[in-house]
Amino acid sequence: MKQQHLQLDNNKRLRHFLTTEGLKRDLLVEILDTAESFTSITHQQVKKVPLLRGKTVVNLFFEASTRTRTTFELAAKRLSADVLNINVPASATNKGETLLDTLRNLEAMHCDMFVVRHQNSGAAHFIAQHCAPHVSVLNAGDGSHAHPTQAMIDMFTIRRHKQEFHTLSVAIVGDILHSRVARSQIHALSTLGVPDIRVIAPRTLIPAEASSLGVHVYHDLDQGLDGVDVIIMLRLQRERMSSALLPSEHEYFKLYGLTKEKLALAKPDVIVMHPGPINRGVEMDSSVADGEHSVILQQVSHGISIRMAVMSMTMQHDLHSGQDT
Amino acid sequence: MSSNHLQRIHIRGGTVVDPANNIKEQRDVFVSDGKIIAVSNEAPKDFNADSVIDATGHIVCPGLVDMCARLREPGQESKATIASETAAAAAAGITSICCPPDTNPVIDTPAVATLIQDKAKDSGKAYVYTLGALTQELDGERLSEMGSLKAAGCVGVSNAYSPFKNTLILRHAMEYAASHDLVVHLHAEDTHLRNNGCVHEGQISTRLGLAGNPSAAETVAVSQILALIEQIGVKAHFCRLSTARAVQMIARAQYTGLQVTADVSAHQLHLTDMDVGYFNSNCHVSPPLRSLRDREGLRAGLNKGTISAICSDHQPHEADAKLAPFALTEPGISTLETLLPLSLRLVNEGTIELSALIASLTHKPAQLLGIEAGTLTPGAQADICIYDPEREWQLDSDTLRSQGHNTPMMHWQFTGQVTHTLFRGQLIFQLDYLNEQ
Repeated sequence: MKQQHLQLDNNKRLRHFLTTEGLKRDLLVEILDTAESFTSITHQQVKKVPLLRGKTVVNLFFEASTRTRTTFELAAKRLSADVLNINVPASATNKGETLLDTLRNLEAMHCDMFVVRHQNSGAAHFIAQHCAPHVSVLNAGDGSHAHPTQAMIDMFTIRRHKQEFHTLSVAIVGDILHSRVARSQIHALSTLGVPDIRVIAPRTLIPAEASSLGVHVYHDLDQGLDGVDVIIMLRLQRERMSSALLPSEHEYFKLYGLTKEKLALAKPDVIVMHPGPINRGVEMDSSVADGEHSVILQQVSHGISIRMAVMSMTMQHDLHSGQDT
Repeated sequence: MSSNHLQRIHIRGGTVVDPANNIKEQRDVFVSDGKIIAVSNEAPKDFNADSVIDATGHIVCPGLVDMCARLREPGQESKATIASETAAAAAAGITSICCPPDTNPVIDTPAVATLIQDKAKDSGKAYVYTLGALTQELDGERLSEMGSLKAAGCVGVSNAYSPFKNTLILRHAMEYAASHDLVVHLHAEDTHLRNNGCVHEGQISTRLGLAGNPSAAETVAVSQILALIEQIGVKAHFCRLSTARAVQMIARAQYTGLQVTADVSAHQLHLTDMDVGYFNSNCHVSPPLRSLRDREGLRAGLNKGTISAICSDHQPHEADAKLAPFALTEPGISTLETLLPLSLRLVNEGTIELSALIASLTHKPAQLLGIEAGTLTPGAQADICIYDPEREWQLDSDTLRSQGHNTPMMHWQFTGQVTHTLFRGQLIFQLDYLNEQ
């Protein structure tokens, strides 16, 4: 099926980065390796390389974001690209201008790469299908579907601490149902060979037939954390309370919040991750967030290297191939 | 190709499939003055044909009766018009169409019903029946003037996709409709459980992160409606079933003697949520495409007669309506021209016998709507579909006649194509294939 290969050009090189699903292990490892080579640049006096000189990267954000947008911007600038930040509040698209209109307008300005965040699942795929052949699309989060660069940041962080993927038990705790980060992590972990992926949440926050994603489902935090190497905590959105998916933050923290006591159930060298920003006292206790097992701040600093890696890889795709039509 | 005066037509050499009369054999059909005058191997006395249609190797069946097609007029003429869609229907062998009330303005006054029927008469390509709105402006709260709507020709009443404010209003609406002997057509869907779901809740919704519409949104509504019907003893028709479980529930209700019927759209018998693939907005449809198991359950329900009719559920859109991220696109598929060929696949795959299939596309929906159509009985209106069951063709945008090109079946190969359509005794469509060869 053509669309499965929408992300790749005819030489099977990365053309767009829309989802971690369906990409081969080698390609994911290449992203991690490339990011590794960029981390040294971050420590140089001159933090720039000329790989994207003369290219224009557009950060097209239909949904508010500070951290993701900033790291994409920094990544682009370190690759010597020109960066255009466009924030489109949801209200603007309600005024009749469609996503396609916005896209056509930007294309007229001869941009080379779109970094897109949108509140609807499938938005990045949609843009990749309808943009000009020379443009690459990077998904910076679409609805509840995917957030592939965040997932790769997390894979990068895990690899730095745990050499091998194929021996790991990884637990993802929280709102799996609405989490694009979780979906992208699950696909990446499973492609990289993690044999035991667990999701832990009450049934209201677990998607239908979750096990079809290749995960083990737990509703009890103690059972789910037993012997794991990696714990990934997800952010809990406040609106989950108003839509009757949860009774209160208080009860959520009591049952699913990560405390020192709960952490003791995992392996002694467990690492704790969170895509941020953290609701302290809701998802996890401050003592854990700032504790010795936490790698949360490392995740943030890895963000730039991963995004540089993906940007440089997609910009090298074969311009004359890979388009559907 | 068609003349304006009523003429005598001799359809020669075809295999007549007329389930209402238990006919499935080679016979000739004789048409005069807009009516069928004989289905026989011998011409009636003094019959001098003005024209002869050679139907050798073809199937001759009643013009199809489509229980639900949206023609978009009045109100959404940028999507389609009665003229454009009845022309597409003619090419698809469909001669009777039932239009649901969610036009703009809605069919809640005799004036709108009359307007649609008049426009259809002007086009002269198909008879368009209307369903009246159950509630004014489909608000789910105030009963419409159903007596007047019936007098204006509405063949049933429906609230289309709009929910009722509460079950008490649903009860009153069904009782009031029953007093006028109007069949209530119901979309069984609990809107709270649907919860903005745009695909079937299952593996695909989970993978794509799209809001899921659970099977229970349908089954909870079906069980509620069945309980009401049992209490108040009215007839009801379930529109566009999508779940295997609902089919079982309705089968049981029919067995216990409740007067309930059901239909299914042709695409639900073929497509599943897997076809959504990576956000294919042409597969965004309501109710959503469901699982393979549901599809098999719907097919079984058709075979056993629990589901008595197949309809197109035609919903043409302009291109822009489908050009957006999945959940923001408008649901619906343009399906008039795939109704018969898609349904014929069930015969070719051995799922259903040809006569039973043709029945579910002709006289059974006609019975459900209480209209005189769907048979080749002498004396009946000469609405006739002739198709070549062997002819292979491909659905392409340059041959699609509907104004709506929104279909996930574009470029599909089909076997079986309509070659002639007669409406009220006039040849209104003839496939232009002689030129192709």
